[in-house]
Amino acid sequence: MSNAVETIGLGRRFGRTWALRECGLSIPEGRVAALVGPNGAGKTTLLNLVAGLIQPSAGSVLRFGEPVRDEPASLGRFAYMAQDSALYPSFTVADLLGFGRRLNPGWDDDLARDRMARLGIPLRKRVRQLSGGQRAQCALVLAMAKRPDLLLLDEPLASLDPLARHDVMALLMEMVALHGTTVILSSHIIADLVETCDWLVAVNGGRIQLSGEIDELLAGHALVSGPREARALLPDRLPVVTESGTGRQIDLLVRSTTDSFGPAWTARPPSLDELVRGYLGAPDATALPGPTVAVR
Amino acid sequence: MIGFRLDARSGVPTYLQLVNQVKHALRLGLLEPGDRLPTAAEVVAALAINPNTVLKAYRELEREGLVAARPGTGTFVQRTLGRVGAADRARLRRQLAGWMRSAAAAGLDREDIDALFEAARQDAAEVA
Repeated sequence: MSNAVETIGLGRRFGRTWALRECGLSIPEGRVAALVGPNGAGKTTLLNLVAGLIQPSAGSVLRFGEPVRDEPASLGRFAYMAQDSALYPSFTVADLLGFGRRLNPGWDDDLARDRMARLGIPLRKRVRQLSGGQRAQCALVLAMAKRPDLLLLDEPLASLDPLARHDVMALLMEMVALHGTTVILSSHIIADLVETCDWLVAVNGGRIQLSGEIDELLAGHALVSGPREARALLPDRLPVVTESGTGRQIDLLVRSTTDSFGPAWTARPPSLDELVRGYLGAPDATALPGPTVAVR
Repeated sequence: MIGFRLDARSGVPTYLQLVNQVKHALRLGLLEPGDRLPTAAEVVAALAINPNTVLKAYRELEREGLVAARPGTGTFVQRTLGRVGAADRARLRRQLAGWMRSAAAAGLDREDIDALFEAARQDAAEVA
């Protein structure tokens, strides 16, 4: 299976500041990729570059092996749900569907109407009358009806309560199950990503820190705790991501399997949250695969 | 058709929770040979989990010979885990339900009932 998105030496400068630098990334088709990182890390810049909404200052972006171009064949294969799902507040849901139908050649109107009905979103309601959750669901249905092969979502869950977050993710996962859509979604809330995403991309200070399959990343790291005096006995070349601890105990996040430590140490694989926090707290650490052939 | 539930705090991996719930339903006779399991899309639309997690669970059940995937139609139950027939199970359940009602009428609460049930099971094991 090939890559849905590939970036090579990708960079974008705003004035004299690089928002994103030397970004080399590949996300295989069919993945649900989580894009995480602190505010201002470059997540939205990366999504905008992949969407072709802004031009790179350096390097290039490929979607499904093709350079990003401003023409129907390239644009038709992906959909982008920007932050706060910018829908016109005075439009009715029916207006939105009419717009989608006229603007998108592959539009699936039956799917859109069926989903709106199932979600209990009346077609005659105006966008401003919908709840935050309904608005996000509505935007997602519009994106689904376009039948994209790649769906980019920038903070789709940010303004939603837990119940609405569940409903939006359920709809998204159903879309993935039915159509094999590749998804890249940025989020701050790691808990929402644990059960839904299978690929992780961490961006920090404009650089990619982590990229890979979540199960492999978790299995390839260990949280190790032990007595401080035994620290010197650990291998010299142990790839330590972060090191912390109080008093006589130290805790390390290392890029290593859990079985390579002596009896003085307890080691277990990190949770997704622990892995992400460990890396984002240590901006110089990276765990990136070389150029890989995607195998599933 | 079986409906899945998840317990995020159980510490049991999600795919294994799905596997266990199918096995539980097979033991109770809620699922029987020929029954179709929900599709991955149906499961994830309810639980908001990655479809691969459902497929992993179904692969595990298939590996154990409990279900079989038929391309284009779905995943179907192959054999049951219940060792007693549906009639016997229904009769025993009815008797137990009657006993539960008299226990409740006598003022036993849930924990009293559990304790008595466990004690009776031990008695039976000693006799056998």
